[in-house]
Order: sequence, then structure tokens, then C-alpha cells
Amino acid sequence: MTPYHQWIAFYTMLRKDVVRIFRIWIQTFVPSVITAVLYFLIFGTVLGSRIGEMQGVNYMVFVVPGLVMLAIVTNAYTNTSFTFFQAKFFNRSIDEILVSPMPPWLMIAGFVSGGVIRGVLVGALVLLVGLFFTSLTLAIHNLLIILFFAIFTSLLFSLAGLVNGVYAKSFDGINIVPTFVLQPLVYLGGIFYSVHSLPEIAQYVTYVNPLFYLINGFRYGFLGFADVSLSLCIGIMLALIAILIGINWYLLRTGLGLKQ
Amino acid sequence: MSAPALKIRDLKKTYANGVTALKGVSLEIPEGDFFALLGPNGAGKTTIIGITAGLVNKTSGTVEVFGHDIDKETELAKTFIGLVGQEINFNPFEKCIDVVVNQGGYYGIPRAEAITRADRLLKDLGLAEKRNEIGWSLSGGMKRRLMIARALIHQPRFLILDEPTAGVDVELRRGMWDYLKTITQKGVTILLTTHYLEEAEQLAARVAIINKGEIVANGTMQEILALHDEDGAEKRGYRGTKLEEVFLDLIKENKGAAAL
Repeated sequence: MTPYHQWIAFYTMLRKDVVRIFRIWIQTFVPSVITAVLYFLIFGTVLGSRIGEMQGVNYMVFVVPGLVMLAIVTNAYTNTSFTFFQAKFFNRSIDEILVSPMPPWLMIAGFVSGGVIRGVLVGALVLLVGLFFTSLTLAIHNLLIILFFAIFTSLLFSLAGLVNGVYAKSFDGINIVPTFVLQPLVYLGGIFYSVHSLPEIAQYVTYVNPLFYLINGFRYGFLGFADVSLSLCIGIMLALIAILIGINWYLLRTGLGLKQ
Repeated sequence: MSAPALKIRDLKKTYANGVTALKGVSLEIPEGDFFALLGPNGAGKTTIIGITAGLVNKTSGTVEVFGHDIDKETELAKTFIGLVGQEINFNPFEKCIDVVVNQGGYYGIPRAEAITRADRLLKDLGLAEKRNEIGWSLSGGMKRRLMIARALIHQPRFLILDEPTAGVDVELRRGMWDYLKTITQKGVTILLTTHYLEEAEQLAARVAIINKGEIVANGTMQEILALHDEDGAEKRGYRGTKLEEVFLDLIKENKGAAAL
């Protein structure tokens, strides 16, 4: 395939998934917005008014980046894992892709691109909800950093979702990771608190949670400060992306879990 | 002399569960041929097709499509193949036109051109009126024809049909035979597997019979039919076509030359 043909193949996969995402918008966009509203009501308005400030800013403002990140992570992950698994297990339409002359890296790009777009779009909707609850007082310290973390976190978790989708052998297989791994990591990654407010041992546990660095990097884009250095956040994220690209490339090239 | 459409040498496949599906199959299909691969359920037909199309990993052996090794020139080899699988394997929520056009996209065909081609194929296969209906609303025979349209969108030189008429009524089956004949006249090589032996007898110029992972007969239709044992068939009370009786003799006794 020439680069032009590869672009058409990529665009076809992307277009197909984006059309699907918008066709079932009640399932793809609405749940995260409702969840965010509930979080802002409970943690921001009800509990937040008692907490007052966290690291010198209004608590409601403090939690907005973390809740946006929660929406990005879960949507990017589930979009790719579910789309791939459905195509593999439910109607076997994955064969349409596997018989085509697309190289493995192009298949990866095609599958994760829909997850990236969904993650970023849902994140933007949750951010709009956050702006409403913070009465538009949410500052933007560095828009480029915000966009960087939104897009690359979405990419990271789309890639992770693809690994899950390739390996999963049942619907349980694609639900276990988001429920028992992803959500605890996100909640314990510093959405609702600063790591400095934790006991020392809990701080060390938090430092091995990769979500902590993503949430902090994203928060830096809004507030201009974070619990750890921005370069460390960026470095960890890019390293994880590189590892997951490698795993996905190996899985699709060898057909592990697909062509046995 | 041009390279054969398919050249298989000592192909072996043992699945992860220990089942040996192919025990060293060698097969050659000349360009432009209409070739029938026959065998009982579980004989290894679909495994051969899966390996050739890139859906199943082989254990050992070589497969070449028009002289291009599927391991060394994977993407190029795939561009020659159109596959109509045994199971209905398109996304049932997509419109018929999208099922075909998207497949074109995976092969790098620009969307406008893919739509033109898809409309012509749907018309040729009697599906023009179903263009904008979603796949699951079609009857079984229509779904099969939609899969043929999808397999032909990139104008493959080698069309593989894995039981394309299973569950299709007689009238539609005859219509599909006529369509397949017109495709062969255009120079497309066809590999057909079917349990309807009269279908193979009507369409195929060459036949191979596979049983328990081994080719038990391979030759022109006349050569295979010449194996017919009138007396033996009469004694055993067979009342089918000649090919049916030869087939039953071969798979019961595994007799006959490996290649005629």
C-alpha cells in the first residue's frame, strides 16, 4: 500500500468509528456528562463547600481537571476495548480488517483514533460542565499543556483498551479491567486530593500509580502547579505510550489472541 | 508461464488445543481456474482458507499467492485475495452500501470510487434496492450475496468462497452460480468449498478432496469422476451424483491417489 492508500484505509476506520460514536450518542456522551454533574454536585457543591480550599484554590476548581481526566480515561479505554472486542467476538467483522493489506501499525492507528476522539470530546463536555459549576472561574494556565495531556492521555488509554480488546475472551474480560483496575487507579490518582495531604506511606503508593502523573500534568495546565514536576509527568506518559504501541504491534503482527 | 494463483507446500496446522487440522497439505491452483476444495466437516478446508487469507497462523509450510509468499510479502499477497467466509461476518448495524464501501477503504480505494463500484456490485448481485438497509434486515441469501459484493470491491484476482451457498434456496443458488461463472470468465481464479457436490460438479474445472487434514484426491473434474466405481456404488446402494459417490468412497476409505 502506498502512503496515499494507507491514509484512505486509516480514514475509513476513523470515519466508521466516529459515525458510530455519534450515532449512539446517548451511550457515548451522555453517561459521562451525568456522572460529572453528580460528582460536581456532591464533591464540589456539598462537600467542597466544607473543604474550602486545596493547595490554595477553591476545591471545586481543584477537582475539575481530575474529573475531566476521569472522563477521558474511561471513554478512550472502553471505546477501543469494546469496539475491538465486539468486532472480534460478537460479529467477527474484525476479519474485514485482518484480510486487508493494512500493516499492523495502521490497524493500531485506525482502532485507537476513534477512542482518542471520543475521549477528547467527552472530556471537553465534562469541562463545559465544570465551567458551569465553577461559574467560569476556572483559569487556564497553559492551553497547549491541557491539549497535550488530553490528547495523549486519550491515546494512552485507547492503546491500553486495544490490548484488552485483543486479549479478552468474554464480555467479563473487557469489564474486569475498567472496574477493578482502571477506576481505582483514577480515584487514587489524586482527582479529589493533593498527594501532600496523604500519610507518608500512602504518598509512596500514589507515586507508583501512573494516573497520578497524568492527572497532575493535566492539572498543571489549568492551575500552574502540580504535586510533581511537569517533565516527569510528560516522560512517564510518553514512555507508557511507547510500551503500549510496542505491545499492540506485537499482538497484531503475530496474531496472538486473534489468529490462533 | 505465470505463477499459480495459489501454491501451498507441506502446510501443517495444529491448534492451541492440540487438534491437528492440517497434516502437510500441498496444493496448486492455476491462474484462471475454478477450483473446488471438498471435504467433510472438520477436514481442514476452512483452516486452509484462513491461513491463505491471513486469519489463521500456520504451524509450518509455505503459501504463495500469485508467487508472493504470505509471510514475506504479506500485504502484497493480500491485495490479490477476496474472501467470502463461511460465517456471516459483517457488522449487522451497518447499511449494505457501507459494508461494501468500507471494505474498499481498507484496501485504499477512495470513497467516491468505492461507492461507484459498490453500487455496481449491489446491482449485479440483486441488492440495489437494499442499498440503504442495514445488514441484519437481509435474508440469509441476501447476506451471502452482500458478502460476495464486499469481497469483490477491490477487484481481486483470486476469490475464495467458503460455502457461499449454505442455507441459500435453489433459485438464489443458481443465480449465484451464474454470477460466479461470469467472474471466472473475466479471469478471476476461484477457490470454492461447498457441501453441495452438484454445485462443484457444475462449476469447477478442478477438484481436490481433503479428509482429516490430508488431500486424498486432486485432479481435473473428469479425472476425479473417473474414479467412480459403478459396481461398488451399486452394491453399497449409493444414489447420488457420480461426484458424491466418489467423495463418499474417498473419505470413507481414504483411497485413491494423493494427486492424479
